Amino acid sequence: MMRLPSYRYRAPKTVADAAAWLAESPAETMLLAGGTDLIPNMKRRQQTPSTVIGLRSIPELTAITRGQGLTIGSGVTLTGLVHDARVRAHYVGLWQAVAQIATPHLRNMGTIGGNICLDTRCTYYDQTFEWRKAIDFCMKKDGDTCWVATSSDRCLAVSSTDSAPALIALGATVTLVSAAGTREVALSDLYANDGMHYLTRRRDEILTAVRLPSGNGWRSTYWKLRRRGSFDFPVASVAAAARFDGDHIVDARIVLGAVASRPLEVPAASARLVGQALSNDLITAVADDAYALAKPMDNTDFELVWRKKVVRSLVTSALRELRGDDMREARTKLARHPLIVVS
Amino acid sequence: MTKLRITMAVNGEPADLLVDPDKTLLEVLREDLNLTGTKHGCELGECGACAVLVDGQPLLSCLLVAHECEGRQVTTVEGLVEDGRLHPLQECFADLGGAQCGYCTPGILITAKALLDREPHPSRELIKEALSGNLCRCTGYQQILDAVEEAARRNP
Repeated sequence: MMRLPSYRYRAPKTVADAAAWLAESPAETMLLAGGTDLIPNMKRRQQTPSTVIGLRSIPELTAITRGQGLTIGSGVTLTGLVHDARVRAHYVGLWQAVAQIATPHLRNMGTIGGNICLDTRCTYYDQTFEWRKAIDFCMKKDGDTCWVATSSDRCLAVSSTDSAPALIALGATVTLVSAAGTREVALSDLYANDGMHYLTRRRDEILTAVRLPSGNGWRSTYWKLRRRGSFDFPVASVAAAARFDGDHIVDARIVLGAVASRPLEVPAASARLVGQALSNDLITAVADDAYALAKPMDNTDFELVWRKKVVRSLVTSALRELRGDDMREARTKLARHPLIVVS
Repeated sequence: MTKLRITMAVNGEPADLLVDPDKTLLEVLREDLNLTGTKHGCELGECGACAVLVDGQPLLSCLLVAHECEGRQVTTVEGLVEDGRLHPLQECFADLGGAQCGYCTPGILITAKALLDREPHPSRELIKEALSGNLCRCTGYQQILDAVEEAARRNP
């Protein structure tokens, strides 16, 4: 039986209290929201904070408010997000991404803030303490070597968040609050391509909200590869968003998931798309841009060369869907998930 | 370690407990309240065997720190029986062979109850989606889906 390690538990009622308590010992404290990432990691001793600050009792983190766009509190559950009519109507790519995260039980628990900050994953890291000890640990926790590529000087654990590629494609920003103040950063700038230091969030900061600009004129979509039609983290994914003027694209972003230690934007694709209509040739060229950039590693499910090839087909499907092609059959075949939501 | 006090309602009865802060709801249910119907499965959120209802919503008790259930209503498989009578879901699982080894059954019953409470007559697709977080290694799932459909059919 796997028991949690001992820790001191604190449950603030306000963000201000949470930030003040976090500032007392940021390096030894971790924030607990839905618990679906942190609790398994603590049971396996991948993370062993001496203090855990539970955010569940802070009402201000659980609101979704409409302004120019949409502001989503970091404590909104993934189920809460997929049931939000505004998300479903105006941010389809985000809705599709969140509806495909894990299972209904885990979506009932997990929060959007937690999925954004989701720990990077790796075959050599997401294991019990005894398993990791048997290979003399890895550099992400307790060891010195990256077992994915032993000559690598950085950790290659893979970014496994579904929501972040979708949110970045939609131009999201996030609010970070500490005892010292508040700052807002583009979600894209929250990430670094390093499996250990994958967030630029300081340890004394709390991610309190994610803000989406107006979805007017935008179409968005999310395509995900995983072995099963439920449960599994992405092993390759693509989020695409484009703003159209008639048939022509005015603005576009393509973001790849699970093929690096961070959600990976494809800038060449955006440049290629602007001012154009989505012809088959253009879609092929953009899919090639994405294929060239994707660097899946041999540290998650499925064979890495095949995963890289699948990126090309995911981008093709995503762009065809944005163009208005009927992709339902292809999506069902890939996702083996009806994209229906349990109330 | 300082124990912390929690009060919650479990299967409609008040529970007032002193427990270590590092205990999960699953451990408290089984070890402090002797409600062993809820099962230890993977303990990592990958199987659904430990599902319970918290304020009517199916959650995984292995990932829930017990202290985060302060003031909440918890329903376990033991709470499905009313006045000594099995819940219609339990009757249908027995009638249609929805359980073989039975280890995953409490989590599935609880999850199906949450579905039927919200959607008395769900489609088969919706039942599959609702139960997509519950693994079963015996039945092949068909009898489980049949049993939930039958329970829905018996719903008024």
